Amino acid sequence: MQRINSKVRPIGIRDCQKGCSMVWETVIGLEIHSQLKTKSKIFSGASTAFGATPNSQACAVDLGLPGVLPVLNKEVVKMAVTFGLAIDAKINKRSIFARKNYFYPDLPKGYQISQFELPIVGEGEIEISTGDGKVKKVGITRAHLEEDAGKSIHDLYDDYTAVDLNRAGTPLLEIVSDPDMSSAKEAVAYAKKIHALVQYIGICDGNMQEGSFRCDANVSIRKQGAEKLGTRAELKNINSFKFLEKAINLEVERQQDILEEGGSVVQETRLYDAVKNETRSMRSKEEANDYRYFPDPDLLPVDIDDELLEQIRSNLPELPTEKKQRFVSELGLSDYDAEVLTSQKAVADYFEAMLDVGADSKLSANWVMGELSAVLKKNQTDIENCPVSAQAFAELVMRIADDTISGKIAKDVFKAMWQGEGSADEIINSKGLKQMTDSGAIEGIIEKIIANNSAQVEQYKGGNTKLLGFFVGQVMKATQGKANPKQVNQLLNEKLS
Amino acid sequence: MHKLTVAELSKGLKNKEFSSVELTEHFLNRIKVSDLNAFITVTDDLALVQAQAADAKIANGNAGILTGIPYAHKDIFCTKGVKTSAGSKILDPFISPYDATVSHKLNSADMIMLGKANMDELAMGSSNEKSFYGPVKNPWNKNKVPGGSSGGSAAAVAGRLSPFATGTDTGGSIRQPASLCGITGIKPTYGRVSRYGMIAYASSLDQGGPLTQTAQDAALVMNVMAGFDEKDSTSVDRAVPDYTQNLGNSIEGLKIGLPKEFFSEGLDSGVAEVVMAAVKEFEAMGASVQEISLPNSAHAIPTYYIVAPCECSSNLSRLDGVRYGYRCENPKDLEDLYLRSRSEGFGAEVKRRIMIGTYALSAGYYDAYYLKAQKVRHLISEDFKKAFQSVDVIMGPVSPTTAFDLGAFKDSVSMYLADIYTLSLNLAGLPGMSIPAGFSNNMPVGLQLIGNYWSEEMLLNAAHQFQGETDWHSRLPEGV
Amino acid sequence: MSLSEQQVKEIAYLARLSVDDGEVEQTTAELNNILDLMADLAKIDTQGVSPMSHPLNMSQRLREDEVSEIDQSQEFLAIAPQTGKNHFLVPTVIE
Repeated sequence: MQRINSKVRPIGIRDCQKGCSMVWETVIGLEIHSQLKTKSKIFSGASTAFGATPNSQACAVDLGLPGVLPVLNKEVVKMAVTFGLAIDAKINKRSIFARKNYFYPDLPKGYQISQFELPIVGEGEIEISTGDGKVKKVGITRAHLEEDAGKSIHDLYDDYTAVDLNRAGTPLLEIVSDPDMSSAKEAVAYAKKIHALVQYIGICDGNMQEGSFRCDANVSIRKQGAEKLGTRAELKNINSFKFLEKAINLEVERQQDILEEGGSVVQETRLYDAVKNETRSMRSKEEANDYRYFPDPDLLPVDIDDELLEQIRSNLPELPTEKKQRFVSELGLSDYDAEVLTSQKAVADYFEAMLDVGADSKLSANWVMGELSAVLKKNQTDIENCPVSAQAFAELVMRIADDTISGKIAKDVFKAMWQGEGSADEIINSKGLKQMTDSGAIEGIIEKIIANNSAQVEQYKGGNTKLLGFFVGQVMKATQGKANPKQVNQLLNEKLS
Repeated sequence: MHKLTVAELSKGLKNKEFSSVELTEHFLNRIKVSDLNAFITVTDDLALVQAQAADAKIANGNAGILTGIPYAHKDIFCTKGVKTSAGSKILDPFISPYDATVSHKLNSADMIMLGKANMDELAMGSSNEKSFYGPVKNPWNKNKVPGGSSGGSAAAVAGRLSPFATGTDTGGSIRQPASLCGITGIKPTYGRVSRYGMIAYASSLDQGGPLTQTAQDAALVMNVMAGFDEKDSTSVDRAVPDYTQNLGNSIEGLKIGLPKEFFSEGLDSGVAEVVMAAVKEFEAMGASVQEISLPNSAHAIPTYYIVAPCECSSNLSRLDGVRYGYRCENPKDLEDLYLRSRSEGFGAEVKRRIMIGTYALSAGYYDAYYLKAQKVRHLISEDFKKAFQSVDVIMGPVSPTTAFDLGAFKDSVSMYLADIYTLSLNLAGLPGMSIPAGFSNNMPVGLQLIGNYWSEEMLLNAAHQFQGETDWHSRLPEGV
Repeated sequence: MSLSEQQVKEIAYLARLSVDDGEVEQTTAELNNILDLMADLAKIDTQGVSPMSHPLNMSQRLREDEVSEIDQSQEFLAIAPQTGKNHFLVPTVIE
């Protein structure tokens, strides 16, 4: 039996009991439901605001009262097209709404208005980083518009399920990927990319806790090299990227177990249970469901004319890929840095606002990705709520660039700025943190230290070069950290040689 | 008073010959003693309140043309605070929390709603025998049907229980009862009248319209009912002309087409005679007549009886006992709730059509049925398009026979076949009218007029001219 | 195209209608009677004909994204068969 070092184990190789090893290939496609952040619903004028008292935002149309009719929200169309343009997809100038018929208490009309044969967005693609410095293109089959259902709440009463229809009619963009992903990590990378993109272009707030961004994964496995796709299971009820990865990995294991034992995978929907960390088959609410799709006769074909298309195209913000390229070519940032800075619009905006005020791009990049990011994380704040504005932070960075303060001191200044103690300049002045840059003064201090530490000087000259740190430390202590590190290093090297 | 047309009533109110309250009470009394079963709900208290308000407006000189005029409102239109059942048990408990756009328009014109008119359940039927609230009788012969699905509306007008009524037409449901009851009815072009609040049967075929004593009355009411509604995506944003303006135009030179397919076997000879005589009347007024062909006419039956059930099978899914309407007693689980509420709530004909529609849309059958039917629908439309290149109006019978006996039809299909002359119009979305044209075996016969898209004015004009030369429309059933 | 009784039961279930053993024979006969009407459809030549789902040759009108509806939950809940804590209630559903 081949022993395989688990550290270098490629994805999919398993040892099975019988002493053979089968190589499995995982095939994953994601269906992402992204709630579009319009003010009103896709087919009615009720509000889409989250957290309202039950059924207070469900109007007659949302309730499916007899005789009510849907009217399409313009903003929804614009947002869908915006997404299509952002993934370089084919925009179907004519798309049709179709009814997906099934019975469930939170589906008031007994059908969901969706798009079937002719969705608004056709084929597109997106690039993901596969983590080893490589990129992979993931195809997007289509993206279509549909209305969300309401909520069924099972734990409000013992004997009843309670239905809240506030969410019914909220616009969704369902983004369907090609089955191009071959690992849970790739799936997560794709999901994160889409997550960032929809927020970037302003169509979705990406709040997974509130359900504005939901990922379902279609997972199947097949023998490596096989052409035919295996039977897939659909995983639902995943509301974080962490769980997405877990659920997919669990499912792959489960399917491998089944197939290796000679069984076959059943095509079904499985719910992920985060508490038990398992997936279980969903009690078939959609057992043998025939959705009987047909074009909704209450709605007419959605025709997008060139004028509207141009209007949307011209309103498109600079997309992350373009921005990233610009950061690399015009600002000289590394590929990695540019990727990080453009992954979230708020971060990119913050960074660019710093440059607008005159801060150096490389220094700003380092400080945003480094100290700022760390402090934000420590305080569990996101950059939109950062108490230090981009302009103020830029000022701090510029003081490092002009040698007013050292990087180390800057961290302290930043802490004070975070506490609201004032601007960079105000804090530097009030606390007397200006860097000592007078070479003569530094030299004088260095000479004193050398004189007082002859033992260490001997050891250093004898080959213990690590002791430089000791001397630097002594200088810093003597200057309360204000001596310019570059100069200190340079002068020490001179004096000690 | 009940023999007066809307136009005459309007003048009478204006000239203070009577008040709206008097008028309303008069009709309410007639309704009370009537055995036609034309109403599901009589809204007497509400009507009197509306009538008082109307009288106040008339006194102040703020009245519109139709202020204070009573009407019967087909129970398919949602009326706020008033039971809206669509003739079905499944909506028997339903008190609508909102007004249909048409209801709102009629209210805004200060008209008086006497009550909700009886109808075939959920608009499915041609005889008004399929109502949860019992069959409606034809005022001309109470052993016979008034037609359907707007049977209550037609009977109310024919029996002068109200001066006019509202109806809806999906496959002939305004025109056929109008014909069988000897009154005037118009189904406008699809998109002319708002469908918001009009309980849907077949969304791409349904249209609301008036049933009246005369074409002039129909024009007056159309002026109120018609118009763009932003709440209805299928409503057309097109100006509403004053339909009464051109009623008096001469119809000399009007080109009439008679489809040869409408005059073949299956048409009762008595009915054919009346229709032909009516057409001669038009010729006498200067119109010309030619034979035309609508080759795909016969296909209208299978086409309609696929399209309509498909759309309705989906439209009626919302009637599930969850949020409103009838819910079965003590459901043991969700499945039981759905199955029993719907099975107990819907009548047999509705269930049949839901099942046909469900089947035709189901996997594997969609192409053969629904898609095919929509293609044939296209062909039927093209027939009309071609015909209207050479004629202005198409005329023919509305129904192959006069009103049949209550209980005459034992199976659905036989009744479906009687829709042969009216269905194709809905499939194409064209406007059509039925006007009284005479009698056969002492029962009324209607003449159908079919116009091109948006030609309601021409239709009303032609009908009005005919009604100037004939008096079929003023005939009354015995005892009225 | 003739439906079997089994098919009729399946179709009925899809539409959440019950057809019990006592009714299924008659219902099947009635439905098949209606379907016979459709038999002729297949024979019609529709080569190259596009389906017509609407009499109107129009595009969907778009409405402005504005909130135009107020909270009417009390009115709507008032006409519901069973409610509690501002929710519509149905017998417990197990997912």
